[in-house]
Amino acid sequence: MSITLKDVEHVANLARLELTDAEKAQFTDQLNAILKYAEKLNELDTENVEPTSHVLPITNVMRDDVRKESLPIEKVLLNAPDEEDGQIKVPAVLE
Amino acid sequence: MSVANKYETVVGLEVHVELHTNSKIFCGCSTAFGAPPNTHTCPVCLGHPGVLPVLNRQAVEYAMKAAMALNCTIADVSKFDRKNYFYPDSPKAYQISQYDQPIGENGWIDIEVNGETKRIGITRLHLEEDAGKLTHVDGGYASLVDFNRVGTPLVEIVSEPDIRTPEEAKAYLEKLKAIMLYCEVSDVKMEEGSLRCDANISLRPWGQEKFGTRAELKNMNSFRSVQRGLEYEQFRQAEILDSGGEVVQETRRYDDAVGKSFSMRGKEEAHDYRYFPDPDLVRLHISEEWKQSVRASIPELPDARKARYTADYGLPAYDAEVITSSKKLADFFEDSLNYTKDAKAVSNWIMGDLLGYLNSNGLELSDVKITGQGLGEMIGLLESGTISGKIAKTVFKSMLESGKRPQQIVEEQGLVQISDEGALLAVVDSIIEKNPQPVEDFKSGNDKAIGFLVGQIMKETKGKANPALVNKLLVDRLKS
Amino acid sequence: MALFDLRLQEVHNKLNNKELSVTELVDASYARIKETEPAIKAFLTLNEDNARTEAHALDKRLGDGGEHGLLFGLPAGIKDNIVTEGLLTTCASQFLSNYNPIYSATSARKLKEADAVTIGKLNMDEFAMGGSNENSSFYPTRNPWNTEYVPGGSSGGSAASVAAGQVYFSLGSDTGGSIRQPAAYCGIVGLKPTYGLVSRFGLVAFASSLDQIGPLTKNVEDAAYVLQAIAGYDASDSTSANVEIPDYTAALTGDVKGLRIGVPKEYLGAGIDPRVKEAVMNALKVYESLGATWEEVSLPHTDYAIATYYLLASSEASSNLARFDGVRYGVRADNPDNLIDLYRKSRSQGFGPEVKRRIMLGTYALSSGYYDAYYLKAQKVRTLIKQDFDNVFNQYDLIIGPTAPTPAFRIGEQIGDPLTMYLNDICTIPVSLAGVPAISVPCGTADGLPIGLQIIGKAFDESTVLRAAHAFEAHTDHHKLRPQL
Repeated sequence: MSITLKDVEHVANLARLELTDAEKAQFTDQLNAILKYAEKLNELDTENVEPTSHVLPITNVMRDDVRKESLPIEKVLLNAPDEEDGQIKVPAVLE
Repeated sequence: MSVANKYETVVGLEVHVELHTNSKIFCGCSTAFGAPPNTHTCPVCLGHPGVLPVLNRQAVEYAMKAAMALNCTIADVSKFDRKNYFYPDSPKAYQISQYDQPIGENGWIDIEVNGETKRIGITRLHLEEDAGKLTHVDGGYASLVDFNRVGTPLVEIVSEPDIRTPEEAKAYLEKLKAIMLYCEVSDVKMEEGSLRCDANISLRPWGQEKFGTRAELKNMNSFRSVQRGLEYEQFRQAEILDSGGEVVQETRRYDDAVGKSFSMRGKEEAHDYRYFPDPDLVRLHISEEWKQSVRASIPELPDARKARYTADYGLPAYDAEVITSSKKLADFFEDSLNYTKDAKAVSNWIMGDLLGYLNSNGLELSDVKITGQGLGEMIGLLESGTISGKIAKTVFKSMLESGKRPQQIVEEQGLVQISDEGALLAVVDSIIEKNPQPVEDFKSGNDKAIGFLVGQIMKETKGKANPALVNKLLVDRLKS
Repeated sequence: MALFDLRLQEVHNKLNNKELSVTELVDASYARIKETEPAIKAFLTLNEDNARTEAHALDKRLGDGGEHGLLFGLPAGIKDNIVTEGLLTTCASQFLSNYNPIYSATSARKLKEADAVTIGKLNMDEFAMGGSNENSSFYPTRNPWNTEYVPGGSSGGSAASVAAGQVYFSLGSDTGGSIRQPAAYCGIVGLKPTYGLVSRFGLVAFASSLDQIGPLTKNVEDAAYVLQAIAGYDASDSTSANVEIPDYTAALTGDVKGLRIGVPKEYLGAGIDPRVKEAVMNALKVYESLGATWEEVSLPHTDYAIATYYLLASSEASSNLARFDGVRYGVRADNPDNLIDLYRKSRSQGFGPEVKRRIMLGTYALSSGYYDAYYLKAQKVRTLIKQDFDNVFNQYDLIIGPTAPTPAFRIGEQIGDPLTMYLNDICTIPVSLAGVPAISVPCGTADGLPIGLQIIGKAFDESTVLRAAHAFEAHTDHHKLRPQL
């Protein structure tokens, strides 16, 4: 498998990154190198191997349905780049 | 329009139901509706750097309960996955949902359309978090984000493509709503967005096995609007097929005000949600014991109650269906039966006076004050002859508004039926004396004249006279 | 700085005997920072006013005979990906350069409860992605032993500040070696606990299934104390282990007689600097002399660890870093054309090249059609790597090898070649994938640059790791060496 410039553009769009042409070219090369390196994993037969998503055998971690105090609105908006009427303001979502 | 003649409609519904836990699915913020914007938020539901989710046990149990009530098989092992997409109402830019190991799978519910029962398959039920709310401002150039709703637990219920008509879709939704209310896992208020529905709809020529190309219909915010949206879409697709065209697979937005659907094409990119197991959460192992304890908390569901009402109380199937369509109504019915044995009478009062009043005033049962006990006791007063049917109507109306017990209303308003023969005889005699002509008419064979005389007696007694007794006394007197 | 070379018990004795005050400790910290920071650049944000206020309060408590926390009065630095309420937390990223946290990480809260004094926030590779601190968006931290060299990373600021005597100890985070490798490069002690031992709540996530917070200190005993203060179950972290926390300092008996040590041949093969290998072999001789035994063992899937790690960590990171979208916090790009433009510009302007590269890699690995080939495959290989460790630990108490294949490298030497840079983590990444604890302790120098010995233990057996590290330290002088600044 080899990554093309078009793949890089598609992935950049999914990741909401805007790349310069130089970055696109560089990432195409570097991702190809890294993925080529990663192909060595195919040397291993993992057909009957369970995937590990957690190293610890922990299951069923849950909390009781108890309300906790929410934040004061000043804290909610402390880092807001733009706000209006106690809400975060963003450019319109296209509909 | 002759859609049904040429094409078979195939519909599958995706329904989101908000679970009414106290706190959100992954943090302790309140899920209450209607708070000022962003006042039910914390670093976790705002997706601040470094926060971690902790699963609400109640949300899991509600989801299990709902899945069981929909006859789903409950997973032994379940997990949560991240669904990645950027949108301002999604603070982490991923939604915690369930991809390949949902809480429940392979369920079904029975619906009733035109007196026929039909089984609709449920593909799956999974648990996920709700998103925030956007409001458009500045003439549509900007949006404001309220994160209060973020993290409210949701179940997504996906049906099999078993639905064939818009009426079936509506019946399915009504049944789903009833079941959720019976299980008490959601308040299912569509106007507050606690039940939301998307539909996949396609048409195929009768007899063809392969499904046609489907459109996904969004933005239907009432059961009626689902029905109308599907009716429109049916019509739209039939027109395309009739003219030899091809239906485009796309998402369409239904505008109920205009009665039409509009393509969202070009405004929605092809999605690649990049699902993967959320490493911040651990697996759920759902033991038999846990399943049993949740199963034990499920009350009798509408179908079972309906069967019982027809079998045990002899209610007509239609009445049983109507009464069990709402848990509150069915509970009201059963509550009444603690105070009277006459189930048929209770059913008649519910079907007639109660639902008539609610429907004509656009009210819900919870909007009026009458109790099942009140109705049951009132029927008792009728049986004992304490009040007449006519008085009962007055008492019933008064109960709707005041919630007082019938005995109290009767006493306060002096509505006790006069069944004292002596007192009634005096009235009967005075009416006979005052109305020689009708008396004459009766004696000469005109039976109708008696009705006038009874009416006069009721008027004299302000409707309190025992009508049966009045009849008897009057006839006795006139024949003697 | 002699003051910060004292052991924790000695500092506390002096405080109790009124030979020293917390204010003096804090003053000493800021004085040393003032003196050395232009050369080292370990800090991103200083907490000077608050730290002095806290020092006064602690001194008052000292005078009143009030309670003393475990880390009473000790000047601490905190890696800048650990969230501290009211104190800027940037993750060394332009994107978060203005982020003022509205809550504190559990580990930061525990430090405060233990009465440590937060001196400031430490430089790192942006979002902990990197092994040299050259990926800081602001400026690279330099190695106190030779400022032409990298301090390692990603907890480079955490390691350099301790090595330079700017703080008494620091907290770092380790995803694939980010505590151990800079500790090795800077000649100090760095401990990565078992995954799940220290709460991740408030640690800005890089790779959630690997990230762990741990201490960087001048000696093993202090590492045990700091670990004691920060370890333990946290209901806010679903992956936090509900295990009993032993008394870690009680484990420092000095006795390693009978310990069985496995030495993976894969850690001492090709690519290992002979001077590093020699230092490790010398360390094994020390253990032999103390009555422990060692044998060569094999961790056969070591060769696959780096590819596994970069796929898993980058995939998780691509999702973890999606929240940095310019909507609720962080630096929003000016004048975006529309919402999508706001996302693209804010993220592209806010993230540096390594972060973008890993987001790209992770997004690709998770994208439709590739999940099974990359992410799922890597999760399965992770299972094999973990089994390697389980197999060795069936017969051995500890695994010992180098922390890094070489001593620190020159600033700029590897930055253009990400893959070579990734290979520096060959000895630390498998340990992270297995989730087991490991410590790096100084075991020699080469050309004036420190070399680290990595001691790896069974899950939740930090006690044995610390005991072995402490015994080694007690019989060697490597940890006593100080950089000349």
